[in-house]
Amino acid sequence: MSKKIHVHTRINGEEVEFLCEPRQSLLEVLRDELGLTGAKEGCNNGNCGACNVVLDDRLVNSCLVLAVEVEGHEVTTVEGVASSKGLHPIQQKFLEHAALQCGVCTPGFIVAAKALLDRNPKPTEHQVRHWLAGNLCRCTGYDKIVRAVLDASACGSPGQK
Amino acid sequence: MSNTVRSTTRTVSKKKTNGYQVIGTRPIRHDGLDKVTGRALYGADVRLSGMLHGRILRSPHAHAIIKSIDTSGAEALPGVKAVVTARDLPALSDKIADLGEGAVNLRDLSTNVLAAGKVLYHGHAVAAVAATSPHIAEEAIQLIRVGYEVLQPVLDVRAAMKPGVPLLHPTLTMESLGKKTNRVSNVASHSQMKKGDVARGFQKADVVLEREFQTATVHQGYIEPHNATAQWNADGSVTVWCSTQGAFITRSQVAELLKLPVSRVRVVPMEIGGGFGGKIQVYIEPVAALLSRAAGRPVQITMSRAEVFMGTGPTPGSYIRVKMGATGEGRLVAAEAYLAYEAGAFPGSPVGAGAMCIFAPYNIENVLIDAYDVVVNKPRTSAYRAPGATNAAMASETVIDELAEQLRMDPLDFRLKNGAQEGDTRADGPAFARIGYLETVQAAKAHAHASAPLEGRCRGRGVASGFWMNYGGQSSAVANVNPDGTLTLVEGSTDIGGTRASAAMQAAEVLGLRAEEVRPLVGDTESIGYTEVTGGSRTTFATGWAAYEAAQDVKRQMIERAAKLWEITAADVDFADATFTNRKEPSKKMTFKEVAARLGETGGPVVGRAAVHPSGVGVAFATHVVDVEVDPDTGKVTLLRYTAVQDAGRAIHPSYVEGQMQGGVVQGIGWALNEEYAYDGQGRMINASFLDYRMPTSLDLPMIDTVIVEVPNPGHPYGVRGVGEVPIVPPPAAIANAIYRAIGVRMRVLPMSPRRILEALGKA
Repeated sequence: MSKKIHVHTRINGEEVEFLCEPRQSLLEVLRDELGLTGAKEGCNNGNCGACNVVLDDRLVNSCLVLAVEVEGHEVTTVEGVASSKGLHPIQQKFLEHAALQCGVCTPGFIVAAKALLDRNPKPTEHQVRHWLAGNLCRCTGYDKIVRAVLDASACGSPGQK
Repeated sequence: MSNTVRSTTRTVSKKKTNGYQVIGTRPIRHDGLDKVTGRALYGADVRLSGMLHGRILRSPHAHAIIKSIDTSGAEALPGVKAVVTARDLPALSDKIADLGEGAVNLRDLSTNVLAAGKVLYHGHAVAAVAATSPHIAEEAIQLIRVGYEVLQPVLDVRAAMKPGVPLLHPTLTMESLGKKTNRVSNVASHSQMKKGDVARGFQKADVVLEREFQTATVHQGYIEPHNATAQWNADGSVTVWCSTQGAFITRSQVAELLKLPVSRVRVVPMEIGGGFGGKIQVYIEPVAALLSRAAGRPVQITMSRAEVFMGTGPTPGSYIRVKMGATGEGRLVAAEAYLAYEAGAFPGSPVGAGAMCIFAPYNIENVLIDAYDVVVNKPRTSAYRAPGATNAAMASETVIDELAEQLRMDPLDFRLKNGAQEGDTRADGPAFARIGYLETVQAAKAHAHASAPLEGRCRGRGVASGFWMNYGGQSSAVANVNPDGTLTLVEGSTDIGGTRASAAMQAAEVLGLRAEEVRPLVGDTESIGYTEVTGGSRTTFATGWAAYEAAQDVKRQMIERAAKLWEITAADVDFADATFTNRKEPSKKMTFKEVAARLGETGGPVVGRAAVHPSGVGVAFATHVVDVEVDPDTGKVTLLRYTAVQDAGRAIHPSYVEGQMQGGVVQGIGWALNEEYAYDGQGRMINASFLDYRMPTSLDLPMIDTVIVEVPNPGHPYGVRGVGEVPIVPPPAAIANAIYRAIGVRMRVLPMSPRRILEALGKA
């Protein structure tokens, strides 16, 4: 068995240390070592977006990031989107617009949509569709998801992390 | 009964509609908070003390005899705790079990779970390993040595039917018109449906068209891969946590395959990340149980995406021939169909359902339908949203379009002239009760989309309709009254698309509570009565009905409690809007909450219960309109506008009815334009990833407009018809009809990919 490596990072605003094997992905460590099961594995090869997290300021598929790569960086997962004050406007709009059915892709969409609004607070419908094209949903046909994101942007989503 | 048409409303309204307090409103779903925050627990999120990770070794060949399996290398790897093969499964005899959405031979199911003697498709499970980490389990399966004698595979339905081709099952004999024959063949069965006399019918026709169609093998494509966590307990019982459309049907299959009494198996349904019919039959649940028994520790297996494509699912590829005849006045007089569906490795394609649906929207006097179920070297097919109907509608609804064109009639008018109504009979026998097919066509015609100008090169508009039978089935519900006047509703239907909400709303309506005051939970097989699968568009209909009856039971008991407090008889208590009124002294009133707070002094808890098995299923019809643009240089089809009209009977939660319609449409769009299993010459699947098996993304689509027609189903207390399945049926035909109007070619092979469009234009 390969030797484990010590990693020091920040996850959802808190300092975190963990040990992992070099071959373990960030997704695997989040889910299996750190108990953060909000990010989902849909494909494990970067095609579905269900495992989306934000690494520093970049939206990434955590299945394509090795856990050792987050040393010294900052990770935001779906668990870090809502605050103690309540839901993020995107989460609230997903609920109001019925923008989820089975819900397994929802964490990825929430993280991706927040990353979009953080950099472009007033996207057009086309920009929303283009940005979310890396997130697969098989239940909704995307209609209500796109509307929820547009509505959240119209409400003035707080851009801060 | 009044019929209403409701167009998509984009606001999140909580207004009363249809005289109901709760039904027809759009409350936030009860399980929504957990799902937008990442807290909802799905099967792969289960973490048990000492849990091991399982992996499956799968066949690299499409068709081969297993000569030997040597597991010693895997067993010797440090960290490996158990290895199992088909030898560890009990031998089973032929026995047909009803899974609720299709029957299955248990011996076939067992052989599908772990191959015995032969592998029948690329990806067929051969052995399994449990180890302390998923990586060790992955290394271990590569150390298992399997000796194969490779056979020629059979991959196409028509090829498989020819004499002299390799046989998948040397003992499979064809069943013909309900009778066993001695004919050994890849054709498992031939069935027929007949009405009137087609030969005489075609004589009356002025226009007769006969066309051939092929549709590709496609997958349900749920985002959550299959998973199962099993714990074999010291007392010989087993607990399984998994992603399933039906905990009870999983329990039966696990018990049957492991030869355990059903009471020794407990299935805990976790949140399910999509199913669409594909999460009914078991794959890894019994294997996880076997590994747990061997290792003495809990074992979790999660499939990779490639395993999901290669080892589960798909809906059949098919070959269909349709012949239809109409008089010069546009009256359909005869229709004939030949349907051959790929069952995959074992018999049991949904060709029978396809045959029932193919001409169902039309009242045609003379009909003859022949249906063939054929085994090929592909994964055993599963149900997929209106199983069998989409293939069939691609054929019949494009021939209808061509007939209308030849008769110089508007395709919607042609449907209005021939559409089925109450009292008309289908070819398979049943007569329709009150149905809303014509209402969907009228609503499509009245929609602004149908008459909007469509200008520009290579653009066209198409329409098509669809039918699905829907299903009823058994459901249970328990309603516990809480001291604060709320209700906890326990039901047995796993919630894939908002059915906790639609069941809770029906209970709330009975008691005059708000939707939020009913808290719905999904029970496991030991905490709720038997409930069939979430499938067949049955959950809002049947489990909703159980919730309605459980609430009625609560109402009766609560009236008795109010009577006791007032010292009068129950007959002297009125109940409306969550308020009890003393009929003897009408100024005396108590709220539901007030009586709920005093249950302890009036006889103890109030628990409503219901177990239902309703008849009165309401069938579903849909009519869709689509605009496309075809790029003649690349063959790419772009969807410009899409409108889906559907009779929901009664929309309990309109947002989730729209959601079913939009999701079904988009699956149909994928089926129409992109999706197909691709194989190499040896029958190996070569596109088992989301990159190469391309499902629609948000960027590929316009908004999907919806129109909910409400022609109440007389067989349900609130008029509910199932809504989940029928929206997948019309899209391929509607898009094919639109492509014809855009570029003048009739597409008859799915998917209508850029390559096929270019071929049709003579450019490839």
